[in-house]
Amino acid sequence: MLNGISINYYLLLSAVLFIIGAVGVMARRNSIIIFMCIELMLNAVNLLLVAFSTLHNDAAGQVFVFFIMAVAAAEVAVGLAILSMIYRNVKNIDTDVLTNLKN
Amino acid sequence: MKGLLIISGLGILAMLAEIFKFKKIIFPLVLLGVLGAYVANFMEWNTPLSISSFDNMIAFDKVALAFSGVILATIFFWFIMANDYFENNSNMIDHITLVLFAVVGALMLTAFKNMTTLFLGIEIMSIPLYVLAASKKKDINSNEAGFKYLIMGSFASAFLLFGIALIYGATGSFDLMQIRAFISAHSAGTMPLFFYAGVVMLLIAMLFKVSAAPFHFWAPDVYQGSPTVITALMSTVVKTAAFAAILRLFLVGFGGVTEVWTMILVSVIALSLVIANFSAAAQSNVKRMLAYSSISHAAFMLMVVLANLRSNATLGALLYYSLAYSIGSIAAFGVLYNVTKKGDESFEAFNGLAKRNPLIAACMTVAMLSLAGIPITAGFFAKYFVLITMIGTAYKWLIILAILTSAIGVYYYFKVIIAMYFKPPVETEEVPVELSQKMVIILTTIITLALGVVPGFVAEMFSF
Repeated sequence: MLNGISINYYLLLSAVLFIIGAVGVMARRNSIIIFMCIELMLNAVNLLLVAFSTLHNDAAGQVFVFFIMAVAAAEVAVGLAILSMIYRNVKNIDTDVLTNLKN
Repeated sequence: MKGLLIISGLGILAMLAEIFKFKKIIFPLVLLGVLGAYVANFMEWNTPLSISSFDNMIAFDKVALAFSGVILATIFFWFIMANDYFENNSNMIDHITLVLFAVVGALMLTAFKNMTTLFLGIEIMSIPLYVLAASKKKDINSNEAGFKYLIMGSFASAFLLFGIALIYGATGSFDLMQIRAFISAHSAGTMPLFFYAGVVMLLIAMLFKVSAAPFHFWAPDVYQGSPTVITALMSTVVKTAAFAAILRLFLVGFGGVTEVWTMILVSVIALSLVIANFSAAAQSNVKRMLAYSSISHAAFMLMVVLANLRSNATLGALLYYSLAYSIGSIAAFGVLYNVTKKGDESFEAFNGLAKRNPLIAACMTVAMLSLAGIPITAGFFAKYFVLITMIGTAYKWLIILAILTSAIGVYYYFKVIIAMYFKPPVETEEVPVELSQKMVIILTTIITLALGVVPGFVAEMFSF
């Protein structure tokens, strides 16, 4: 129990957020939205880690959250750089234009 | 441990090269450093650090040292093979630094003891590779490869993290040994359901990373679009590190809950073998063919995880397989890089290579035979050792499936050999190959043959 709320609700909320993010990555066509969906997935994990960290009275989970934030920032920095490169080449960032590589 | 520190220091040194203007000597310096790291790694073999470093985060035991050795040897050959890719590049320093940091991540993955180091290792290895995959700025194919790799990589990382969070929730720890202790303290059915979900999500994330079917769809695109030398890096160093990580994670960490992941692993192996080999046979682009072939090799390496019940023979089998595959791939990609310099990556680019460069063609033949698993090359014994370990398991039908699908493998590897020896060349002059690259190609070919002649040497490293 966390503040009178069962851990299962935290779990459920994180799972729902995570699934929304995952579906977004697979279904959306705009690259920026895809990045936002990945961020959503990572933040669902952060929420879950913080909840479990409080549940176990253990700081390790919260420290892990900082690692995730740092890595997510690095990932997005690289991702946006790649996107701006793509935009310079084809003047578009929809994933539809990225279909040159196929069987 | 010393190897990891030396490579990290080397990466920082390479970054300073631009500022303090010793760009000219950085390449030999990096080669020396990698060699030094290899030697330091080798020296640790008989006296591995008994204390785990950094609060039990990382521990270089013999298994980690052996896989680090494979990675460092591969990256040494890779650097020589890729030297003119660096020399013709205005951002040479950035590229060297990124590669070195990717290797740091790979070394961390061989030795992690904690979920934190697993996650950081994967990310330190992957993020430089996203940049490197997209490093041909003007080439939309390279951009696409980098973008797909990034999206798929972070998607897999999110699964990995969710898995880690669930396991942390159940066990209250990120430490691999404490998770193991938690599993052995609980009998089946008494652990919370989300613990099992966490294990499955971790497995899926790791299968994404090694591109095993049905999580492989990104790999052919990424392999094809990336610069050839970077593809070589992905299919050697990254594969070895990821498999070392899977081995540790699932045999040390989750060895007590095999019933959760065995069936998934079996179906993934069977699917990978079938899909990879049939798709590879249908390719006209050699890089794409090698991408699918790497998926089928991944299936073989996963078999070791399936068979391994902490016996040393099976550890040796995986070590031998990753060494044979890495060295053979370096030779193959070295030739491919030189042959496809003009942009044609189809099988036709190899037409008549035996008349133009007989020596290089011979080396490519050995590399292809090794990847196909034809006797007296390392590849044959690699497959042999893996299949031997499978005999003791309940999944003997996988052995038959592996042998049958390898027969298809022979078809597409031989397409290259046939093109080289029996098709008339389009041009008659020699393909220019730099001396240093020629040396690497020949040396890796010799090692491939030598490993095939005395296979016991590596495979018995763990028989202590």
